Amino acid sequence: MSLMGLTAVQLGQKIQSGEVSAVEAVKESLERTKALEGKIHAFVNLDEENALKKAELIQKDIQSGKLTGPLAGVPMAIKDNMCTKGVLTTCSSRILGNFRPTYTAEAVLNLEKAGAIMTGKANMDEFAMGSTTETSAFGVTANPWNTEHVPGGSSGGSCAAVAAEEVSFALGSDTGGSIRQPSSFCGVTGIKPTYGTVSRYGLIAYGSSLDQIGPVAKDVTDCAVILDSISSHDPKDSTSVRRESYDFASALVDDVKGLKIGIPSDFFGTGLNEDVKNAVLHVADVLKSKGAEVELFDFKLVTDYAIPAYYVIACAEASSTLSRFDGITYGYRTEDFTDLHNMYKKTRSEGFGPEVKRRIMLGSFVLSSGYYDAYYLKALRTKAMIKQEYDKAFAKYDVILAPAAPTTAPKMGESLSDPIQMYLSDIYTISVNLAGLPGITVPCGMDRNGLPIGAQLIGDCFREKTIIRAAFAFEQSGEYLHCDLAKGGIR
Amino acid sequence: MSKQYETVIGLEVHVELATKTKIFCGCSTEFGGEPNTHTCPVCTGMPGSLPVLNKKVLEHAIAVGLATNCQINRYSKFDRKNYFYPDNPQNYQISQLYLPICHDGFVEIETANGKKKIGIHEIHMEEDAGKLIHDEWTDSTLVDFNRSGVPLIEIVSEPDMRSAEEVIAYLDKLKTTIQYLGASDCKLQEGSMRADVNLSVREVGAEKFGTRTEMKNLNSFKAIARAIEGEKDRQISLIEAGKQVVQETRRWDDTKESSYAMRSKEDAQDYRYFPDPDLVPIVVSEELLETIRQRQPEFREEKMVRYMDQFELPEYDAEIITSTRKLADIFEKTAEICGKPKKVSNWLMVETMRLLKEKGMEPEQIHFSPEHFAKLIELADAGTINSTVAREVFEKIFDDDIDPDVYVEEHGLKSVNDEGALRAEIEKIVDANPKSVEDFKAGKKKAIGFLVGQTMKAMKGKANPQMVNQILNEVLSTK
Repeated sequence: MSLMGLTAVQLGQKIQSGEVSAVEAVKESLERTKALEGKIHAFVNLDEENALKKAELIQKDIQSGKLTGPLAGVPMAIKDNMCTKGVLTTCSSRILGNFRPTYTAEAVLNLEKAGAIMTGKANMDEFAMGSTTETSAFGVTANPWNTEHVPGGSSGGSCAAVAAEEVSFALGSDTGGSIRQPSSFCGVTGIKPTYGTVSRYGLIAYGSSLDQIGPVAKDVTDCAVILDSISSHDPKDSTSVRRESYDFASALVDDVKGLKIGIPSDFFGTGLNEDVKNAVLHVADVLKSKGAEVELFDFKLVTDYAIPAYYVIACAEASSTLSRFDGITYGYRTEDFTDLHNMYKKTRSEGFGPEVKRRIMLGSFVLSSGYYDAYYLKALRTKAMIKQEYDKAFAKYDVILAPAAPTTAPKMGESLSDPIQMYLSDIYTISVNLAGLPGITVPCGMDRNGLPIGAQLIGDCFREKTIIRAAFAFEQSGEYLHCDLAKGGIR
Repeated sequence: MSKQYETVIGLEVHVELATKTKIFCGCSTEFGGEPNTHTCPVCTGMPGSLPVLNKKVLEHAIAVGLATNCQINRYSKFDRKNYFYPDNPQNYQISQLYLPICHDGFVEIETANGKKKIGIHEIHMEEDAGKLIHDEWTDSTLVDFNRSGVPLIEIVSEPDMRSAEEVIAYLDKLKTTIQYLGASDCKLQEGSMRADVNLSVREVGAEKFGTRTEMKNLNSFKAIARAIEGEKDRQISLIEAGKQVVQETRRWDDTKESSYAMRSKEDAQDYRYFPDPDLVPIVVSEELLETIRQRQPEFREEKMVRYMDQFELPEYDAEIITSTRKLADIFEKTAEICGKPKKVSNWLMVETMRLLKEKGMEPEQIHFSPEHFAKLIELADAGTINSTVAREVFEKIFDDDIDPDVYVEEHGLKSVNDEGALRAEIEKIVDANPKSVEDFKAGKKKAIGFLVGQTMKAMKGKANPQMVNQILNEVLSTK
């Protein structure tokens, strides 16, 4: 088996034991990536030279006993909305096409300290706005299971890179489902942690009050170990939370006896693909057989109001946060302009893609005087109500089981023509961000066309361990399905 | 002008807080410095950077709020004010609109018409912008972000002022209070205190306010007074001519003593304020509030009363000495050392003020030590040096904070108190000036002045003047 066929933890063990070196691992990752990128295009930019140099340094530190962690020497991909010092960080946008940050995002720094080695920056929907990775200014990413299909989004590059085994793991970010939905489409595992668990310092914001960085990997164990590594209390991020314990890997226990699982009946009604429905409900059966208690409950308010509230809040924040991209201090600036305002206008018109423009306009509108109360304030109240609904649910259940998306990965080109339809497909994930909760997606089956399906397990605030335990218990019942690049494969 | 008009004025005062670091990052707030050297990803608005509130800023804002009788919002928030301008790297300013840190306070001012309370609507915290530098040579504009993120508070008054005199008294009151707190140096000329004047006029007795204008670019108390007079006259002439006052922002040109319209209400921007999601709400604990309360200094009014009471200073002296905390501090320390408060007060009011004026300095720039100042007073008081010498030595203390004992010794400035030597010298002078002696005898008392002058000259200015007078009188009486 190739090194990239291993999980991150398995590869890390082989590196620690001296069976393989960090340099060999990184080389294999880069070679496989270069062989596959023509089909997949999971990366915006590869950072080959630095990765190889780093691998040699890391290997020395491993040999000298300085680096003993489970991720030392393991190759990874970083979503291109996390700042990496001196390395292009584009958010898959033309407006940041030439942007090299002067500093590295805290979560990435944490992984660098653990000895993980970044091979490149993963493709994404422009500024994380999209559900298919098709809004990237640098080309679409293909789903490794079927390259005519999208990988999902916005962390589509991260999930495709892991599914295609180009890297051992990746970091994604999740504002409304951007880790959990593409994880489902690509047959990988991804966690969106409780808001405040992973520092947002250096994450180029889409919706600051909703964004969280999280791991994308082959299995629950990898995700728990990566989450251990990236979580920290960061004084540079006011919204960062000091947590009592970060030892998420301790929850990797195959035991769900007495665990109370709630299934929101409103999540399983119309609009949900039959294959997805059956696969997700099968998860409930497995957990039940292992001793969990399962019950249906009513979740209508959340189902009805989450999408409008989310798009108002996320777009409002984005319209303001993205105003810094003006061509003055960094990034793209239009070539010909007559005066300052003309420069702003042309730079932003040429630099942003249509989906980003749509959301900036939507966000500016809902914050405008006369509309603020009717839209933005109402959305904030709705957000509070959704949190209350979750509080009620978690008074009864330890875990909520839901689909991660209503369908499996759509074909390329099917989604962008109807943005409303695309927004509606976020129905199962976005309420989790509005309530600031942790969620995990685990692969749970295939549809009739051979595309993967993921199940989402949602926990109460700071209860990552509960969902990790449930996901791990489910995972023990089956085996990780390598995509083999679906047909023909490369391995 | 047949009708009687009343001027209604409210102020928006920006004060730069005296913190070492910026409001949302650890960069230095120090003035000067090469462009863009006091910067980091946060204050240059780099993608992915996040603001974190400097606690000192909050403490200063609360201290100013308490000193101006404000309610402190125990739950306060920062909001984003969105507008595009190149001096603002994020294209939004982090400020406070919906829940400012302080609200509903007042200060008491005193003018020729007596005492009056001026209401304070609110005080909020915000960040300053960078500076644009227009380079004529290359016909381009450069941005310096050293000032970006320097902490400000904006103090918004109620429209309670009715004259330039009241406005100056209000500003002076704010300035003294904030300086006493050490929250800012409040220099209008250097921009650490900036005032925008909102002004309208109405007929005396009218209930409704007239249409107001906002005046910007006022860099001194004098400019503010002139701008108020100018704007009042402009609005009254408009009304008298049957025209409308337009709600607009105007810019004062102090050299031309006139203003021009910058933008009208119609082009007012929609700032799309909303709570900044990158900053958590500020919760002011009872503990923090109490700590700040305990730390509040003795303010000017209390000090004045105490100085008159404890040190028996005249009200005039107390008023001048408490005008700045620096002078008051020097006064108290020096008086404590030498135990001669009135003498200290005299030296501060006369010599110190003279030197400050001559050298174009502010009291805050005084750097001499109370110890050296007290020694000088002792030397002068004991007659060890005469008053001319004392003034000379004081100037040395003022400039270089020298030790007067050492200086007087090294330069041989002690008064000559040796009676024998003095008498011998005086007798020589009297003998050498028979005309003056004749004049004196003839009743021309002024003649003695000439003889004193001659004696001092011969003694190189070091003679004890009382002793010279006394001996001279004795010698003359024998002639």
